Amino acid sequence: MNKIILVRYGEIILKGLNRPVFEDKLIGNIKSAIYKFGKAKVMKSQGRIYIEPQEENYDFDSVLAKVAKVFGVVSVSPVWKIETEYETIKATSLKMASKLIEEKGYKTFKVETKRGNKRFPMQSPEISADVGGFILENIEGLSVDVKNPDFILYLEVRESTYVYSETLKAQGGMPLGSNGKALLLLSGGIDSPVAGWMMGKRGVEIEAIHFYSYPYTSERAKQKVIDLAQIMAQYCGKIRLHVVPFTEIQLKINDNCPEEQLTIIMRRIMMQIAEKVAAKVNAMALITGESMGQVASQTMQSLYCTDAAVNMPVFRPLIGMDKVEVVDIARRIDTFDTSVLPYEDCCTVFVAKHPQTKPKLEKILQSESAVDFEPLINTAVENIEVIIIKP
Amino acid sequence: MDREIYLDNSATTKPYDEVIEYIAKVSREFYGNPSSLHTKGIESENLVKKARGQIAEALKTDSKDICFTSGGTESNNLAILGYLKANPRAGKHVITSEIEHPSVLEVYKQLAQEGYKVDYIPVDKDGVIRLDFLKDIVSADTSIISIIHTNNETGAIQPIEEICSLRKKLCPNAVIHVDAVQAFGKTLINPSTCNVDLMSISSHKIHGPKGVGGLYIRKGLRLKPVLIGGGQESALRSGTENVPGICGFGLAAEIIFSKLDDNYKITNELRNHFVKRVNDTFEDAVVNSPENASPYIINVSFPNLKSEVLLHHLEQKNIYVSTGSACSSRKTHHSHVLKAMGVSSKYIDGAIRFSLSHTNNICEMDETIEALKEIIPIISIKRGGKR
Repeated sequence: MNKIILVRYGEIILKGLNRPVFEDKLIGNIKSAIYKFGKAKVMKSQGRIYIEPQEENYDFDSVLAKVAKVFGVVSVSPVWKIETEYETIKATSLKMASKLIEEKGYKTFKVETKRGNKRFPMQSPEISADVGGFILENIEGLSVDVKNPDFILYLEVRESTYVYSETLKAQGGMPLGSNGKALLLLSGGIDSPVAGWMMGKRGVEIEAIHFYSYPYTSERAKQKVIDLAQIMAQYCGKIRLHVVPFTEIQLKINDNCPEEQLTIIMRRIMMQIAEKVAAKVNAMALITGESMGQVASQTMQSLYCTDAAVNMPVFRPLIGMDKVEVVDIARRIDTFDTSVLPYEDCCTVFVAKHPQTKPKLEKILQSESAVDFEPLINTAVENIEVIIIKP
Repeated sequence: MDREIYLDNSATTKPYDEVIEYIAKVSREFYGNPSSLHTKGIESENLVKKARGQIAEALKTDSKDICFTSGGTESNNLAILGYLKANPRAGKHVITSEIEHPSVLEVYKQLAQEGYKVDYIPVDKDGVIRLDFLKDIVSADTSIISIIHTNNETGAIQPIEEICSLRKKLCPNAVIHVDAVQAFGKTLINPSTCNVDLMSISSHKIHGPKGVGGLYIRKGLRLKPVLIGGGQESALRSGTENVPGICGFGLAAEIIFSKLDDNYKITNELRNHFVKRVNDTFEDAVVNSPENASPYIINVSFPNLKSEVLLHHLEQKNIYVSTGSACSSRKTHHSHVLKAMGVSSKYIDGAIRFSLSHTNNICEMDETIEALKEIIPIISIKRGGKR
């Protein structure tokens, strides 16, 4: 008997002739996610991926949790792999049932069989009934409940037979890196990490950019963004974080532009800087955490002005979500507690009392012409600090 | 820029070199558990005894009256909760001031939830508690009065002796707890002569290590421990003694008390010089610390700017201070102390605390003034609600 891990994937099954490309990408991502937990073989067979440990005392729990965070994986199960031989199947099923009952105190169960191997002489319902009966005979106080059992014992009869009961739901999505690279504007708030995670889930490799206004905001604000990127890296793999010195530009905007337009002009400059960085790192799109109407700079008119600042796609995965939905995801992916630490833009120094909610692009452009932003933007880009964040 | 001007000594102080060396030596050579029966344990026990003696000497009291804790917060908690829990028959009326440290205020908030009647004494514009108010509210039912000796934000010194004589007349059964964390090692306070029952002190405010403090407990006063377990510290505070920390605390106390008067003189001169320069240089600045405050703490408001922005600009010049309040984009935490003094929010927003040590010097004060001169015009809010 071999203890192994069964990995199921979803969407990429539907791919046509490109399917192997996606599968190999996923296998590569799984390998790099789990290599530090010890030696293991990762291979695909019949639309599934199997992880077979190559050493004693393999840390199954950590590997299961880790693989469940790999985008493209739908679910994982710890599985016992045995030879397809009926007596062995029965004995192993009994052993697993006993173990589960001892550990979890289960009282009711049923057996479900999938016979992929049609050369095997018994049919699926027959196997389920017979193995179930065998378990009942040998374990006292256990009963069958086909509607709502405490646990289901699954038997998959193929070339080898797989016996398992537990399944850990994973995140689904597409293998990371199967859909190019994008640059995420990471602020330190609740929304932007969620936006990055959502695009990562669709297979997009993530780099991040943060605008840093020291000494108007504190060093803790920067550390917070690093911490957020660190949490995201568990899902999105290595993240390069570009920290842009932004104080100079903020002061210029503050001194030369109308107060109610400060935020929108600031966003436009951020987008322009992000576009330059994206070009440098071969990212084909920008990602922001904007959500329709959430704040003054995220109204339809404001987004129109922000978008007009750049000539590349801007993805806003949260555009149609309510804050509550975003917070739910943030809690699930564990960025929420870090996001709500109170030193985000620690001082409301560059915020107007009443920012414009319906800016007009031509007026904004007119206000911007008061400052020659080009050299400032170039200086900011030249002085970027790149922090590499490894999972 | 290698020089560093540290003006945040009320937050914490830099430990004395001798203290650091002593802690290292004790950690290396005397690692025994004071509870162990063998020589290694006895050695450690003797070191703790020695430190207890040093603290007792500083407070002009007996070693037996000192209980070591993990710091000021724990001392405050143990004093208030420990007394009330051990004396359930004491009255249900408890008094504190509006300008206490959170480690007292939060305890009182909890007491209010537990059904105690809580009164907070207001302060005058100098941040000194109003004795007339106290006179009016004390009663036979008053069980504990907890007052900060030197306020940590403004340095205002509270009339502890007057409170004690007032207690004698009006509510002799009430006990008095003094949070002396910002006073210990800076001025002579002697709990037994001024009849204080409980007094909290802390190591890292006197150039000792962090994570160590003490509570003076008047003989005969019963407390119930907050931390229970192995019964260390005469069963008042369980947990293996932090021997190196306690030793460092003892040594720091000995060093600082040996030069108490000189230190005070030095600091007083620094304070007077700095306050004069602030008043001469910045027309709109307001010094919130009263004239008779502790010279170790100078709270100044610079209107039309955000104190945190000023703090970070000073930090760029290696000058370290604290804000009088922390603001964030979501909510403004106004300093409860300045608010209690009736300082307007415009002045609270720009409040900075410069807290000194005898290790600072005149040049540092002047350099700080020069830095402020440079920074303030840059960051002052020029137009409505910005910067």
